[in-house]
Amino acid sequence: MEKNIKILGEKDTRSGFGEGLHELGKSHPNVVALCADLTGSLKMNAFENDFSERFFQVGISEANMISMAAGMTIGGKVPYTGTFANFSTGRVYDQIRQSVAYSGKNVKICASHAGLTLGEDGATHQILEDIGMMKMLPNMTVIVPADFNQTKQATKAIADLDSPVYLRFGRPKVPIFVADDAEFVIGKADTIFEGKDVSIIACGHMVYKAIEAAQELAKEGIDAEVINMHTIKPIDAKAILATAKKTGCVVTAEEHMINGGLGDSVAQILSRNTPTPQEYVGVNDTFGESATPAELMTKYNIDTADVIAAAKKAISRK
Amino acid sequence: MEIEKMEQYASQTRRDIVRMVAAVSSGHPGGSLGCADFFTVMYHKIMKHNPEKFTMDGKGEDLFFLSNGHISPVWYSTLARANYFPVSELATFRKLNSRLQGHPSVDHHLPGIRAASGSLGQGLSMAIGAAETKKLNKDDRFVYVLMGDGELQEGQIWEAAMYAAAKNVDNIIASVDYNGRQIDGDVEDVLSLGDLKQKWQAFGWETLVVDGHNMEELITTYEKAQSLSGKGKPVMVLLKTEMGQGVDFMTGTHKWHGAAPNAEQLENALSQLEETLGDY
Repeated sequence: MEKNIKILGEKDTRSGFGEGLHELGKSHPNVVALCADLTGSLKMNAFENDFSERFFQVGISEANMISMAAGMTIGGKVPYTGTFANFSTGRVYDQIRQSVAYSGKNVKICASHAGLTLGEDGATHQILEDIGMMKMLPNMTVIVPADFNQTKQATKAIADLDSPVYLRFGRPKVPIFVADDAEFVIGKADTIFEGKDVSIIACGHMVYKAIEAAQELAKEGIDAEVINMHTIKPIDAKAILATAKKTGCVVTAEEHMINGGLGDSVAQILSRNTPTPQEYVGVNDTFGESATPAELMTKYNIDTADVIAAAKKAISRK
Repeated sequence: MEIEKMEQYASQTRRDIVRMVAAVSSGHPGGSLGCADFFTVMYHKIMKHNPEKFTMDGKGEDLFFLSNGHISPVWYSTLARANYFPVSELATFRKLNSRLQGHPSVDHHLPGIRAASGSLGQGLSMAIGAAETKKLNKDDRFVYVLMGDGELQEGQIWEAAMYAAAKNVDNIIASVDYNGRQIDGDVEDVLSLGDLKQKWQAFGWETLVVDGHNMEELITTYEKAQSLSGKGKPVMVLLKTEMGQGVDFMTGTHKWHGAAPNAEQLENALSQLEETLGDY
C-alpha cells in the first residue's frame, strides 16, 4: 500500500503549455499561434519571439480570434489560440460551436487560469463551467492535464490530432510528478497509485490533491487507487469500469462545477454499465471570489481534506 | 462568360431560389434574390476556382465565404449551376438527409462550402484567417466574403474589420449586401448603420460602392477591387441591392426576408423569371 511518488519540482501548468508550443514551433512548421493580448500570461513569448511570422496578436477580440483560427485551418495550418479559460469558452461559445466544432476545424483552444486557482482576480475570471460547455460540443476533445510536464506533453500531442481540442490549464505553481519523458496518450487515463478500497478519479490540479489524499488515507489503512483522467472527452471508459470493479466505489475530483464536469462523465459510464457509489469533489453550484488559491480550495471544498472525506463516505456506501 | 449568358444564369438561379423555398415552405428568398447577380458574376467571371475538383484547402484558388448563411438558396443554386454538384440535388434543400442544410454546413460535405454559417458575424473573421494562411503559404489568390447589412450589427464584424486593417490583410475582398432591410424591418429603423461607407473607410478599408444588379458595373468594380489589393489595405465592396429583386411583389419590403411563397405566389413569381437553363 506504499503511496510513494517522486516530486520533480514545482511549476505552473501554463509554462508547460508555453514550452510545448515553443517546441512545436520547431517540429511542426504548420503550427500557428494566436493570442488575445495575454501573451505573457499564457507564456507564449518564446513562440512569438522565435516564430514571429506564425504568431498572430489579435488584441482584445476573442470572438475574432476563434473564427480567424478556424479560417486559418483552410490551407493546412494548425492554429493554437491562447487566452484565459473564461475568455476561451464562455465568451466565445457560439464562435467555437459554429466556426470550429460544427465546421470541423482543427483548432486547438488553449485556456489558462482556469478554475478557482486563478485566485485574487475573483469570480469574473474564475470559470468553473468550461469543461461542461466544451465536452457537450460534438467533435470536441477535452483535455485537462495535471502538471507542468503533462501540459507540455499534451500541448505537443494534440498537434497530431486532426480535430478540435480544448486544452485547459492553470495559473499557480503546482508539484510536478509526471515523468518528463512520459508519453501522453489522448483518451488513456494514467493510474498513479494502485489500490483496492476506493478509486479517486481526478483531473488537472486536483490530481495532486488526490495523491495527497491517498497518502493520508494510507496512514489510516485505506488503500486508494488514484487515476489521472487527463482526457475528459473521449473519456477512458475502460479505465473507469476496471477501477470501479476493483474497488467498488469512486470519488471524482475536479476544479470545476460538479454540474457538467468530469464527475458527470464518470457517472454516466458507471450508471450505464455497473452502478457504483460515487462521491463528487467539485464546486457546488456557486461562483468563486477573491483570495489566494489555497484559501479558495479550502473554502469551496476542493482541498485534500475534502477528497479524504469523500473517499471515506464512498467506502461507507459500498 | 458573356454578360448575356450570365443574365441567363441569374434568371435561372432566381427561379431555383423561389422553387427551393416554396417546396419546403421555409427559407430566405428575399436576400437570395437580391444577391443572384452578384453570385453569378463572382462564380462565372471574377473568381478563379475549380468546381470539378473541390478541395477544402483550395490552394491556388480564390476562396468564397458566405457569412450571412441564411441566403443559402442563392449559393446552392450558383454552386450547382457552376458544376459543384448535380443540379437535381437542389430538390433536397432543407429536407432530411440532404447536403443542402437550411444554413450552410461542412459536415455534410457539400462541395463548394468551407465553413458553416448562419449564426451571424463570424464569416469575416474566418475569411481573414484563411487570407492569413494564404499569405503564409505564399498563395497569391484572393479570399472573398459576403455579409448582410443587418449582420453588421454584430460586434465581431468590427473586431475583424479592425484586425484586417491593422494587420494589412490586403488579400481579402469583402462585400456587404447593402439592401437596407432585415427581419424586423428597415435597417435604418431597427438599428441604423449610419454612414456605412465612411465607417469602413474609417476602419482603414478601401471601400467601393456598386449597383448590385448591374453586371457590367459588378465586373469592373471587382476588377478594381483586385487591383486595389496587395497594397496594405483590405477592400470592401458595398453592394447596393434590392431585397427580392426580380419578383415584383417581393421587392420594396422586408416581408420576404424569411418567408416562403405559397403555390399561387410561386406561380406569379415564376411567370416573372425566364427559365433559361432548365429547371431542376
